[in-house]
Amino acid sequence: MEAKRLTAPISDEDILQLKAGDTVLISGIIYTARDAAHQRLVELMEKGEELPIDLVGQIIYYVGPAPAPPGKPIGSAGPTTSGRMDAYTPQMLARGMKICIGKGSRSEEVKKALQEYKAVYLAAVGGAAALLAKTVAKSEVVAYPELGAEAIYRLEVVDFPATVINDAHGNDLYEEGVKAYRREPAC
Amino acid sequence: MRELTVEEIAGQVAEMCQEANIYLGEEEIKALTSALEREESAPGKEVLRQLIENVRIAREEKMPICQDTGFAVFFVDWGQEVHLVGGTLEEAINEGVRRGYREGYLRKSVVEDPLRRVNTGDNTPAVIHTKLVPGDKVKIRFAPKGGGSENMSTVKMLKPADGVEGIIDFVVDHVKKAGPNPCPPVVVGVGIGGTFDKVAVLAKESLLRTVGEPHPDPFYADMERRILERVNNLGIGPMGYGGRVTALAVHIEVFPSHIASMAVAVNINCHAARHRERII
Repeated sequence: MEAKRLTAPISDEDILQLKAGDTVLISGIIYTARDAAHQRLVELMEKGEELPIDLVGQIIYYVGPAPAPPGKPIGSAGPTTSGRMDAYTPQMLARGMKICIGKGSRSEEVKKALQEYKAVYLAAVGGAAALLAKTVAKSEVVAYPELGAEAIYRLEVVDFPATVINDAHGNDLYEEGVKAYRREPAC
Repeated sequence: MRELTVEEIAGQVAEMCQEANIYLGEEEIKALTSALEREESAPGKEVLRQLIENVRIAREEKMPICQDTGFAVFFVDWGQEVHLVGGTLEEAINEGVRRGYREGYLRKSVVEDPLRRVNTGDNTPAVIHTKLVPGDKVKIRFAPKGGGSENMSTVKMLKPADGVEGIIDFVVDHVKKAGPNPCPPVVVGVGIGGTFDKVAVLAKESLLRTVGEPHPDPFYADMERRILERVNNLGIGPMGYGGRVTALAVHIEVFPSHIASMAVAVNINCHAARHRERII
């Protein structure tokens, strides 16, 4: 199956053609945010204050990269476990985020919110961090530099590989994949 | 009495931190290659291909295999005939971690307080398990432990009557619940016996064994094989995309038990079973 190509800003049309199990290649701009950055963004939303980045149509990658060695734009940069961002994700989606990338399963609330706001959850291969770093052409910190690896980075990527886990139609690759390969326990 | 300096230990530890995080062991690479041969699902195969390619890139570019370069966990067997000069073992190891993580461009993933969460900036302190042993050698084993798989860990005080089947059901059920989160194909570390605290250390220590090396006692080697088969029948597959290979190996470590207890701990490692050992 051929990979679908995506570049932000992402439209509803882009989202609705994606199905759980599809492989995608992302090029262009993605933003990083993990636990601490999510907490700060959602605090700002609740206070009604302006966010350091505009989320409309954007892609958020859950990652805390390793430090960039000399001459490289970024250190190893694989996805972190997404479940820790579940509490914040519906609010991020309400503010216009269209794609989030991480690894591991999401809550029912997040899956529902993905359908409601026409958005998708992708997984990148956890631990393929050196491979994923090679797709990053440029990286700069755009907010919260004091958070170090947890700062918000703006990354310019070329052919960043990911897989659709939860699409906007309610499908879940983690459930479908396991069903297809599960064997009854040998008694 | 043989003397070792804090500086000698720190230097060796700094090298081990970088080596373990950048170069995956030969047996661990073989485990991924053989998983690719066995895997039937197309997305599962693609995951394994990316993981094998990732190991190659990490080696070539001298970058860590995973951005989560872990909590630094050490098992030290200290020969009683060795005298450490210039400071404490804790200082020596922490200095090595500090240096290794800075020089290797490894991520600093430790916060100084679990609730107030300010990064210590140098990945210290390390978690150190020390044992005094006969002789004049020091064996240091190091494993950087990633947070994603560590979070998928558990301890349960089973009843002696639960027996082998009770343990197997408990472990398999736990791996099932962890699902895609610990970055499968995983290595499942199982501790059995001892006390509540001891059993967790056993499970951790089992993860420092070369991947797939069976327990020396055939009884436990058989249990490892049975758990592995059940886990791979779960269908979770590489990264949870569905497939045949959910675990690369199951390792069991055991310890004598109280007559009333049967403690069991499960500590999961992701597919990057990173560890190094040196005898000084």
